[in-house]
Amino acid sequence: MTATVLRRAVQVRRLSRSFGERIILDDVSLDIAQGEVVAMLGRSGAGKSTFLRAVGGFDREAEGVIRVPDHRAVVFQTPRLLPWQRVLANVTFGMKSADRKERGRRALAEVGLTERADAWPGTLSGGEAQRVALARALVREPELLLLDEPFGALDALTRLKMHGLLIELLRVHHPATLIVTHDVDEAIALSDRVVVLDEGHIALDARVGIARPRHREAPEFAALRRRLLGLLGVQESELEI
Amino acid sequence: MTLTYHAFADLETDTPAIDVGAPVVTRRRRTVRVPRPVRRLTGPALLLGVWALLSGTGEVSKDVLPAPWAVWSAGWHLIQDGELWHNLSASLVRVGVGLLFGIVIGTVLAIIAGSVQLGEDLIDWTVQLFKSVPHVALVPLLIMWFGIGQEPRIILIATGVAIAVYVNTYSAIRNVDRDLVEAAKSFGATRWTLVSQVVLPGSLPGFLVGLRFALASAWLSLVFAETINTNRGLGYLMSQAETLLQTDVMMFTIVTYAVIGLLSYSVVKVLEHRLLRWRTGYEGS
Repeated sequence: MTATVLRRAVQVRRLSRSFGERIILDDVSLDIAQGEVVAMLGRSGAGKSTFLRAVGGFDREAEGVIRVPDHRAVVFQTPRLLPWQRVLANVTFGMKSADRKERGRRALAEVGLTERADAWPGTLSGGEAQRVALARALVREPELLLLDEPFGALDALTRLKMHGLLIELLRVHHPATLIVTHDVDEAIALSDRVVVLDEGHIALDARVGIARPRHREAPEFAALRRRLLGLLGVQESELEI
Repeated sequence: MTLTYHAFADLETDTPAIDVGAPVVTRRRRTVRVPRPVRRLTGPALLLGVWALLSGTGEVSKDVLPAPWAVWSAGWHLIQDGELWHNLSASLVRVGVGLLFGIVIGTVLAIIAGSVQLGEDLIDWTVQLFKSVPHVALVPLLIMWFGIGQEPRIILIATGVAIAVYVNTYSAIRNVDRDLVEAAKSFGATRWTLVSQVVLPGSLPGFLVGLRFALASAWLSLVFAETINTNRGLGYLMSQAETLLQTDVMMFTIVTYAVIGLLSYSVVKVLEHRLLRWRTGYEGS
């Protein structure tokens, strides 16, 4: 593991969480280095979102040890913008610094929405709204960025564009990133490391050793996809239609 | 926004396409678009017409229901000698003060009950208890407690207003999207930021519904409040006319109530339009 070389940003030790009789997370430990992008895959109900919520500090019922940086930001599955505040005010929500408007505008420029600064969130498309949510997270210069199935609600074409945008933003801002998804291609395209969560345990923790730019048709991409899909319970025969 | 909508039938029959204001299917015959305020006044105008017709034909006796013109001339008389304004202003002050107290009390209680568990336990059931009592039933009690001055009138109006505002604002606060609150917290919102920028704006639509009920309640309370030994106010005008059997003045007072009610309704409508612009994305002009 390279974690000894890089400085740790996130340290999770023996994290457990159960809802009633159901054990969702069972002694899960995970480190994320500074600037590292970790994608967490898993079938629905595997505990991915539960893990992210615990790391984000939303879940006070979980057991274990979690160490995270002070500056964190979350992008949720839905944009969760305040409908009664204009786009720029949403981006700078809760910020106190005097130059917050300037920073907000810069963040909007980064996601390509300069001209929508004064729009109401209700007038944005799904993709635009999620870009605002990204700007709202990045304007805070987080040391840890948590993305909870951030593109799950978008159509396939928009999702592809968002992947390109996110890679670019991560390259510039370089936060430690945990992205929870059930989209295998998304995980391989975006991350430095893939973790597969299955029945409350980490079933795989592997480096994505594919050089950028990554091509979805490349053999090593396809090989990793096949392996991950296998771990997620998709049979070889099911890949052929 | 305008939309030119071509229905296939139009193309076949070579009817020229017409510009319609909204996505409405254009039929073969051109429909005349009547402005909305005019359309809205159709109902009241129709009522007035029937009333005039009944009076004009002598179908109803003028002692039972005076003709519109008789009511208008009685009203004009009241306007000219300042009698109307003398009474109306007194009523307006009562309603205004009652509204002010009621809105403040109702909103503050709703915020406390809506955001603190202890507040909910202490306040909600108590207010719901009050809600089930028709507050006008309090009139005799209020007179016993506060005498026959302005206090019982204002308290009566404020009580009805506070309940209407509380009930709607409280449930609106409780229904504010939890996901938004969670997101706001994750971005380090302080308690004050959370209340002022998330909870209150989120419950504004509910508050405005409450305000609409509150205004209706305020004018209703006023009628009862002014039966208490008054010598000024619309209620006084009404009871005077009743004593003197002036049905035309009575009718005019009722019309005045109706007009004021409609005016307060439109004030809230304007407020809604301005404050809830984000709902439609309407930018104004």
